[in-house]
Amino acid sequence: MTQKLIVIGAGMATGRMLETLVEAEADYYITLINGEARGNYNRIMLSPVLSGDKTYNEIVTHDDEWYKLYKIKTRFGCFVQNIDRENQTVTTDTGEVLAYDKLVFGTGSNPFMIPLPGHDLEGVIAYRDLEDTQRMMDLGPAHKCVVIGGGLLGLEAAAGMAARGVDVTVVHIMGHLMERQLDEAAGYLLRKALVDKGITVKCTANSKEILGKDGHVKALLLDDGTELACDLLVMAVGIRPNVKLAQDAGLAVGKGIHVDDQMVTSDANVLAVGECVEHDGAIFGLVAPLYDQAKVAAQTLMGQQAQFVQKELSTKLKVTGCDLFSAGDFADGEGREDIVFRDPARGVYRRLVIENNVVKGAVMYGDTADSNWFFGLIRDKLDISDMRDTLIFGPAYQGGTPLDPLAAVAALPRDAEICGCNGICKGQIEDAIAAGATDLGAVRLTTKASGSCGTCTGLVEQVLAVTLGDEFVIPAVAAVCGCTAMTHEDVRRMIKSQRLISMPAVWQECGWKTSCGCHVCRPALNFYLLADWPLEYQDDPQSRFINERKHANIQKDGTFSVVPRMWGGITTPDELRAIADAADKYAVPTVKVTGGQRIDLLGVKGEDLPDIWADLNAAGMVSGHAYSKGLRTVKTCVGTDHCRFGTQDSTGLGIKLEKELWGSWTPHKLKLGVSGCPRNCAEATCKDIGVICVDSGYQVSIGGAAGMDVRETELMVQVATEEEAIEVIKAVTQLYRENAKYLDRIYKWMGKVGLDWIKERVETEGPALVERFELSQSIYRKDPWADHVQTKADRYRPLANLSLEAAE
Amino acid sequence: MSDWIDIAPLENVPQRGARMIKTAFGCVAVFRTAEDEVFALDNACPHKAGPLAEGIVHGKSVTCPLHNWVISLETGEAQGADEGRVVSYPARVESGRILLDRAFLKARVAA
Repeated sequence: MTQKLIVIGAGMATGRMLETLVEAEADYYITLINGEARGNYNRIMLSPVLSGDKTYNEIVTHDDEWYKLYKIKTRFGCFVQNIDRENQTVTTDTGEVLAYDKLVFGTGSNPFMIPLPGHDLEGVIAYRDLEDTQRMMDLGPAHKCVVIGGGLLGLEAAAGMAARGVDVTVVHIMGHLMERQLDEAAGYLLRKALVDKGITVKCTANSKEILGKDGHVKALLLDDGTELACDLLVMAVGIRPNVKLAQDAGLAVGKGIHVDDQMVTSDANVLAVGECVEHDGAIFGLVAPLYDQAKVAAQTLMGQQAQFVQKELSTKLKVTGCDLFSAGDFADGEGREDIVFRDPARGVYRRLVIENNVVKGAVMYGDTADSNWFFGLIRDKLDISDMRDTLIFGPAYQGGTPLDPLAAVAALPRDAEICGCNGICKGQIEDAIAAGATDLGAVRLTTKASGSCGTCTGLVEQVLAVTLGDEFVIPAVAAVCGCTAMTHEDVRRMIKSQRLISMPAVWQECGWKTSCGCHVCRPALNFYLLADWPLEYQDDPQSRFINERKHANIQKDGTFSVVPRMWGGITTPDELRAIADAADKYAVPTVKVTGGQRIDLLGVKGEDLPDIWADLNAAGMVSGHAYSKGLRTVKTCVGTDHCRFGTQDSTGLGIKLEKELWGSWTPHKLKLGVSGCPRNCAEATCKDIGVICVDSGYQVSIGGAAGMDVRETELMVQVATEEEAIEVIKAVTQLYRENAKYLDRIYKWMGKVGLDWIKERVETEGPALVERFELSQSIYRKDPWADHVQTKADRYRPLANLSLEAAE
Repeated sequence: MSDWIDIAPLENVPQRGARMIKTAFGCVAVFRTAEDEVFALDNACPHKAGPLAEGIVHGKSVTCPLHNWVISLETGEAQGADEGRVVSYPARVESGRILLDRAFLKARVAA
């Protein structure tokens, strides 16, 4: 006897299930109920509809004719009010009572709306159905839209609207876009592509409130105070399975409606498919598993054996011009290795995660032609040990021997472009070599090749090697670390010339060989970026050595030492009492006077740091930065105040200098000294920057050292006033910040560039250097102790204390 | 059977960072990588017992803050030319919480 089947929800999963049923001529009277006033359409094609690549009619999968042909009764724009499982009936909002033998839930999911103040304003929408899409399409050019959410859905919404001329800003709470599918490097490339489309992207942005006017959305307020004006606000932050109806009907529900491998719920006569279900702890948002579920549900309804199995998933972004692919997982688990390939010139990034010679995950950006092949390796768990060396290049390179890079360069035609910046071809370089250029410098001088951004340097050297044969040996330059072949200087040049403002940007554009750097390059890059882009770059504490991360010096037993600042070496009885009290209170074992005239509290426990700082802060003292690659101390003598030889107020100048320079980050530690007369009691001539006060003014000298190397400073300039001395010192400090290699003290840097060059630059660009120094100081001159006491004190305490637990 | 102890929410450990846990038999360092994997090691470098929780985390390694020994988070082995090993413990993330294996932590008593 023909049975009655009721299907609630006309989505992609139930559409596929109905197709399978009617094709197999299943013996059912079918009724399809849908809340939207339309039948099944391909929801994932809403993005092309939004961007104008498709029309709604083109994405309808089943039209009225189809339902008629297969005798499926439809109730569209109709909601189910109640389900009576005992009597097997469904009651609709029109009061109709329909009986069923089998019932299928395909209720999908609801977009999750963040309950921000103002989320109920007119003009705040989700991106879920055709109505939402229509709202976005109706917005029109020159209007402003803010999209909250930098995941798949949010970016498709943003790109679609941008294609229609809307001024779109994407606000994303995480550090990079699509963080669930992409790593930082691919996220960086994606961001770059979207910015090229005119979309503004704000990551690490916390939404605080939606502002309105006359009940309509006006702007989004971020918690840093930024106000983003908008006419429409789209929230695309995620979905939640729509389980209310199932819950009311008393079915077992967790995150979604619980189903077994046959898609049957806790009631044998009720099935569920699609985004509303939870299977083995997982819920589903992508289309492939939904179709699998649909088939299994249809087979179950027809009494056939079938089993739903969760499979590896891959993701692609449906945004024109953003070629992106991710599959498998690149987290969780031990024994995993990375293979990374970057081609900065083409904007290509590929990364494979391998475990026991099996590919577990893949992320690709820019060139995804081989993505299906890689996905196959993941899905079929193939052993890749034989092709490991060439795996990352894709299927075309398998089975052959790895290419000799020189052979590849030798095979290039004469008109192959080598240097993109200056449009120099291989032939021009060969001609220059024939005319007598035998090294990189000569080629640069005669052709300009590799003279701009420098990324083609390796290629130019290879052309030299191919052309000159044994006469040319590719020079081994000291690279920053094993993650790159580039030198510090080349990386700094790239950061400036290519406006690289984030670490992933540097990794990608400079072709880093690891996915995220190491303990050698990350602190250097962090410094370069914050020195060059103080306003745009956000400091990364995880790329700083522990001393700077915790604002105290680590000692051999893992305790720390703390040095409060004493401006110019001057202190007061009150400050000394506060230091003595702190030493008592935190049982500081050693109190020592440092070579820079400050008091060092040695042996403080890591977890006591915020408390001891709070006490020292309360007594008016701030961090002495004795741990920093930055300004540490300005050592002084007593000068004219008490000394019978003193020529100027050296203590006063020391205090002024310290107050101007404190908190500034530099390539290495920076120590200053000011002596009141040539007797030099402050030992200013073995400091990084020293000032000797004389009758006629101030001698500023630089490049001293009293560490592994002992050196005397060299005179840079003599000026008449304190103000001039301070300006010169700021200028030279900024020049050092902008140009020196990370971990080079001033004397090492001076050894490379020469004192004359420094003098000339300070003389000609002094005011501009000082201005840039001040700009940086406006951000970075702050007391990290006060900051951490307030915001990060928890980080200093143990994550957990299991002392009792483990003793049980 | 494993008996997992819930330690803390994942977000309490910064990405590419670590936090320390006290136990009756010394400290354990819990690491979180850029990709939100977690690892647990004894918080003492095999070289001179440097606190690994204070090191720089890169890839699946940590560099000891005292003398730059690089330790694999997965195996606890010192990398490169250095030789030595630090004890590692099973750790995982479930529903955004960090879990450690109680049995392994208890085995510290014998060690």
